[in-house]
This record gives sequence, C-alpha cells and structure tokens, in this order.
Amino acid sequence: MNIPANLKYTKDHEWLLIEGNIGTIGITDFAQGELGDIVYLDVDKNLQTIAAGETFGTIEAVKTVSDLYAPVDGKVLEINEGLNDEPQVINTDPYGKGWIVKVEITNASQINELMTAEEYKNQIGQ
Amino acid sequence: MIKQTKLYNIHKALGAKIVEFAGFSMPIQYNSIIAEHKAVRESAGLFDVSHMGEIFVRGNNALKFIQNITINDASKLLPGKIQYSAMCLPDGGIVDDLLVYMIEESEYMIVVNASNKDKDFDWMKKNNQSAAEITDCSDEYSLLALQGPQSKTILQKICNRELNLEYYNFFMAKVADEEVLVSRTGYTGELGYELYFKGNEATAEKIWNTLMKAGKDEGLVPAGLAARDSLRLEMGFSLYGNDIDNTTNPIEAGLGWITKLNKPSFIGKEALQQFKSKGTSRKLSGIITKEKCFPRKGYAVTCNGKKIGEVTSGTVSPVLEEPIALAYVESQYSEIGTKVNFLIREKEIPATICKYPFIKK
Repeated sequence: MNIPANLKYTKDHEWLLIEGNIGTIGITDFAQGELGDIVYLDVDKNLQTIAAGETFGTIEAVKTVSDLYAPVDGKVLEINEGLNDEPQVINTDPYGKGWIVKVEITNASQINELMTAEEYKNQIGQ
Repeated sequence: MIKQTKLYNIHKALGAKIVEFAGFSMPIQYNSIIAEHKAVRESAGLFDVSHMGEIFVRGNNALKFIQNITINDASKLLPGKIQYSAMCLPDGGIVDDLLVYMIEESEYMIVVNASNKDKDFDWMKKNNQSAAEITDCSDEYSLLALQGPQSKTILQKICNRELNLEYYNFFMAKVADEEVLVSRTGYTGELGYELYFKGNEATAEKIWNTLMKAGKDEGLVPAGLAARDSLRLEMGFSLYGNDIDNTTNPIEAGLGWITKLNKPSFIGKEALQQFKSKGTSRKLSGIITKEKCFPRKGYAVTCNGKKIGEVTSGTVSPVLEEPIALAYVESQYSEIGTKVNFLIREKEIPATICKYPFIKK
C-alpha cells in the first residue's frame, strides 16, 4: 500500500498535495484498490470552486459509484483532461497521472484538519 | 454460517477479493474485472461457480414432474442433452431459471441459482404430486466453468474423451483423471464447458490446478463473479434477482422462446397464455448510449420527462467500451430505435432502445 508521506489525506480517501497555495487532489491507492476498475470520472468541466467536505464529482468503477469530496476550499485551476480517455490511470498511478483536480487553496487553515500519512495509515488499518 | 466452496483456499492464495454471495464466500475478482472479462472473450477464463445448486429428480415419474413444474418442454430431451428452462408461479412470476440435464430416462439433474436453491427445493417438494424422488445434492458437487475461445484446446489436453460435444450437450469423462460431467454450456456467450464433479478439497484443487497448468500457453486466467456478470450482460442473458424474479414473467422478460404453451399443462400455463395473447405492459429491453455514463440497477429510464422504465442490469461493456443496460420499459416505448434517457443523478442521459445480445458472437 502506497501512502506518500508528503501528502495530506481525508477520511474519504482523497489526497492533497500542497505546493505553495496550489493544491492537487486525487484519490488514494487504497481507494483505487477498493473501487477496482475505474471506467469514468464525472467532474463538471465548468467546475469553478470546491468546498471542503462537499462533493465535487463522482467516480464510476465497474463495481460501484463513489463521490469525490474536496479536502479544502479552493478555486479550480485545472481538471485532469487525460482522465477523459484514460480513467484507468487512477488505478495504475493514483498519485501521479491519476490526479483529478488542481486548485488554488482559499482557506489554508483547513489543511490542519486533514490527516497525515501516518494518521491515514491508521485509519485504513495498514 | 457462510459456506465456502472447496476451492476457497485457492482463491485466497490467488489474492482474490472475496465477497458473500448467496450464502457463499465467493471470489468476485482476482485482479482486474475488465482484464478477466477480456481474457474470456480473447482466450479463456476459469470460474468457480460451485455455489450453484444441483437438484436430482429420479424415478419413473421424473419427466412427468419436470413437465409440470417447468415451462419448457422437457419431453424433447434425450439422454446427454440439456435444456434451458424456468419454474413459474401460478401467476406466471418466475420462481427461478434453470438448466435441466437428462441423464437417463428416470434421472435428471436440475441446476438452479444458488440464491434460490432452498426456495426451489421447497417449491419442488410442494409440487410433487407425481411422487418423484427429489434430492438436493448441491453440497456434494463442485462446478467449474471454463469459458473462452481457447477452452476446447485447453480442456482437451487433460480430458480422456474427444471434446466433440455440441452446444447444450454433456457426457461423463475423466478430466485430470477424475470423474467429471462435462457440459458444453456457460453464461458468457463464448465456447465453453462447465465441469461438475464430486469429491473433497483435494479433488477440486487438483482439477483447478491441472486446468490452470494446461491453459498456461493459451493465457487462461482465473475469473471472478464480476466478470461473469459483465460477460452475461453483453450477451443479454437474464440474471435472477436483477432482470427476472417472482414479479416478472417469462413473456415480458424475453423468455417466450422457452415458454412452451402447447404443453398439456404446467404451473403458470394459464397466466402465461394470457400474457402471450394480450401482450404485457412492459418488456425487458436493451438500451445503449454513446454518452459517458454508467447505468446501474434501479436507475430510471425516462422519455419526454416521464419515467417509463427502470434499469435491471447495466455496465460499461468492456468489448464495446460503451454503456449497455437491460431495463423493463413500458411496451409502447420498447420498439428498437426509440429514443429514451437514463436518469443518472438527476441528469437525463440520451440513450436508445436496441436489440440484444449487445455484441455479435
């Protein structure tokens, strides 16, 4: 199970990479493993903002559909268009090519609410 | 108590995802559902479906009993032949869909869905006026399904008889030196065999391992119930509990072809005659779309802003790479080519009523 130490995590299995005030969001290795084959990502291409704890899209796997939750408030800068044609890269590279959305973090204090890699590891019982 | 098949340890060792299904711990997938699905379409897959029920009907009145309780015409069977059929309630609702194997004149094997097995067995005993001998042998039997274009080549390597079986025929043979009922059947639409055998864990593991070894060069992979589900759906085969149940009848479910109304009498005949002559208010229909979406069981089907049906099975076809679904749709909207919508998270996704099978085999 890959749980990079440099990321922050939500209880809903999203990860957040923080670079200055820019946040990149995806789902964890554990989450992609639980979902199995991912076939389609439903994120509104006109998405402007996300709000901590609120859904900003859904992820469709063969077995089930799952909501995506925002780790922090943010202004959407970019949605990973590569996932339109190859959603399965979330399965193969969840922390790399499988990133979902990039935002400008608008409320940095929310970062403290997120889990560290160690805390997330405990949550999923690894 | 959740049951295990005799291959449980093999599935664990292979790292399968195990889920409870019909009272059994079953492998849902080993690796990727889509990869397993494609392996079955392109080479071969091996499924453990030992959860299925095997009920034997014996005695001089065996045929009489089967004719009364099933809707297809079992008198057409000969020893070594198999028939797809169903049992219905007096109101035409489906008790279960099943396979009837004619072993000899006074012995038949009925293979039923695991989730219905106990209910089916009770229903059979309750409707046994002809006093046939009915025995539930499900716990004694393991069942493997070897499916895919390479299945014949693989099985022939370890089978002592020439695999000249026609579709829906079976014979007894030695497979991996064990006594096996080899049946040319399956639930995938591919060339394939289902292998019924008795014996303990060691026997089951020996047959599984010998098959996997024999299929190494052909690319045989273990395949789970999830791939089995998407494979059957591409073929438009009904799944009990999804597309058919005791509230649906064979006529609306597209199973008119197994409903033999010229048979003298059988349970449900009068109701099914009515459905056939008057027509049904809804029909199980295929629906496709090129839009990106994932239709799932329970989603509404709409037309002109009104709900006209409901999805009973849906997936994104691994072969077509497009969404496919089976849905009960009001008959007036069920014509091929009718424009409808899937209602997914309050959004209408344009789709079209189509013929099924969804893929050409």
